[in-house]
Amino acid sequence: MKIRLGKLVFTVFIGISIIFMFSGNSPAEDTIKLGVAGAHSGDLASYGLPTVNAAELVVRDINAKGGVLGKKVEILAEDDACKPEVATNTATKLLSQKVDVVLGHICSGATNAALGIYKDSKIVAMSPSATNPELTQSGDYPNFFRTIASDDAQAKLEVDFALNTLKVKKIAVLHDKGDYGKGLAEFAKQFLEKDKRATVVLFEGITPGAVDYSAVVQKIKRSDAEAVIFGGYHPEASKIVTQMRKKKMKTLFISDDGVKDDTFIKVAKQYAEGVYATGPKDVSKNPMAIAANEAHKRAYGKDPGAFYLNAYSAALALLNAIEKAGSTDYDAVVKALRTEYVETPLGKIRFDKKGDATGVGFSVFQVQNGEYVELK
Amino acid sequence: MEYFAELFLGGLTRGSIYALIALGYTMVYGIIGLINFAHGEIYMIGAFTALIVASVLTLQGWNHIAILVIASIVAVIYSSAYGYTAEKLAYKPLRRAPRLSALISAIGLSLFLQNYVLLAQTSDFLPFPSLIPEFKFNEPYEHIISSSEIVILTATTIVMVVLTFLIKFTKIGKAMRATAQDRNMAMLLGVDVDKVISITFIIGSATAALGGVLIASHIGQINFYIGFIAGIKAFVAAVLGGIGSIPGAVLGSLVLGWTESFFTGYVSSDYEDVFAFLFLVFILIFRPAGLLGRSETEKV
Repeated sequence: MKIRLGKLVFTVFIGISIIFMFSGNSPAEDTIKLGVAGAHSGDLASYGLPTVNAAELVVRDINAKGGVLGKKVEILAEDDACKPEVATNTATKLLSQKVDVVLGHICSGATNAALGIYKDSKIVAMSPSATNPELTQSGDYPNFFRTIASDDAQAKLEVDFALNTLKVKKIAVLHDKGDYGKGLAEFAKQFLEKDKRATVVLFEGITPGAVDYSAVVQKIKRSDAEAVIFGGYHPEASKIVTQMRKKKMKTLFISDDGVKDDTFIKVAKQYAEGVYATGPKDVSKNPMAIAANEAHKRAYGKDPGAFYLNAYSAALALLNAIEKAGSTDYDAVVKALRTEYVETPLGKIRFDKKGDATGVGFSVFQVQNGEYVELK
Repeated sequence: MEYFAELFLGGLTRGSIYALIALGYTMVYGIIGLINFAHGEIYMIGAFTALIVASVLTLQGWNHIAILVIASIVAVIYSSAYGYTAEKLAYKPLRRAPRLSALISAIGLSLFLQNYVLLAQTSDFLPFPSLIPEFKFNEPYEHIISSSEIVILTATTIVMVVLTFLIKFTKIGKAMRATAQDRNMAMLLGVDVDKVISITFIIGSATAALGGVLIASHIGQINFYIGFIAGIKAFVAAVLGGIGSIPGAVLGSLVLGWTESFFTGYVSSDYEDVFAFLFLVFILIFRPAGLLGRSETEKV
């Protein structure tokens, strides 16, 4: 009995040392280290974990095909719990592990906190989900890229569509006073004022849930607006559109993905016809997206979660850039990200000077015969 | 001037929407002195019932007017049953308790009914069919005042007149007034107070349900939450007009509707609610009992 216990202890000891031997970053084996940072625990873990899954699946495929530049890719996943104060530690830890590129972070606040650290060490970071416009537009972080459209992308698209395609001169901007709707409306107003081709004749917040909006509708009529840009959700939008049409107003109605919802059409019925709304590009027919979703289902037994395809595309873009650059050198990778197109589940993308992915994000839809149709 | 007239009409219809709900509110308060917070929920249940009935009848291919009438009748009966049951379950056991207990019970009932509909039906917005047809004679004026707005205005007026008549000139009205004045004395004189209160709740619920059908049909969408917002506004309107007074509820509702409409039209809709409530405070400073309310002297 005694001998057997001794043997057991010995075996366990050997076993543990073997595990340590293999898991340690042995300097002998050269790998490309892909850091994956984001919320992997806590109440926002559901935003961060799909990114880890995406990275694992991409790396598995690439390693099976021989890796990048002949080296295997290794994932270093670190948790920032979506907290800016933790994110700086996460970034430092990844740097101490000699990470080559970072996929992350997930939340805008955490991303902002970590980016300075990566910038000082010349590490490229690419977020699948941080939508704060400032991250790219401020120009503070040339090392930052993202595969999701920024918060103001919809407003920009709505304004461009109104000015270039519809060619309207007078626009009323309305919102529902909520974070989402008001933020969008304020961006739209900014873009319109900068462009000067059209005037904002009315800028108002409406009370969500009110029994009717006849006074606001009268105000729109009086302002002579040719189009309304509305930031908000479908319950208010359907009431406003219905009342405008009942008052025989032909004013165009442009809104956002809070309105690009089939409930809007169901509720506003015939009055919904012709309404424009921006919404995420339809990628459900992209073969790579289908394959990526299938792979997730096979590997993890369930449908992928939030930002999965964005993360999948980001991992592909990062590794592709290293391959094209021929090294993990910062300048070469950044140049490759900006010049080399890569096929991803979100379509064929590359990155503009500020770091936003081109060809990713939203398109304009219009209600035609009772359903939303994507306008090309 | 045309703009003014349009805002005036908009405020008028908005006010009459509030009034249709406020009438039941103020009546229940007038008779038993209870702020029935669940009133808005009865309105919502009325709308849901009408939606279900109307959907079934539409599938059977009935014509518009018949659907409107039958859906309204079913909604009124069903909601009245709700009002009656709610009174028996939530308020009657508390009749001898302090007034605050019944108020808390009312708030609880309101939350219960909201969540019950949320779980039993859906949290989504549902399209409500426009049961009120567009009248032929109104066609040239449809962009000024729509047919459903005319129906709501008319219904509000009729309900107001009928309720006033009921309370002033009928036997049950007399019993209601007696109960309102002094419940114990009324009981001593042979008034069946329990029955009077039940009838008050049934009538209040019936008006709420009627409001639910007409307003939902005007707006075109419902969900489980509509009763709460409408209820709060109607309550404010009832207080503004003098709670307990039937013409007061209508006047208060119209004043509230006009205030909101004109403020939105001439200033900004961003602060519509702020201004409406400021106005309420202002009126209550000068007329604490509301526009048409009688201030009662409490005997100590």
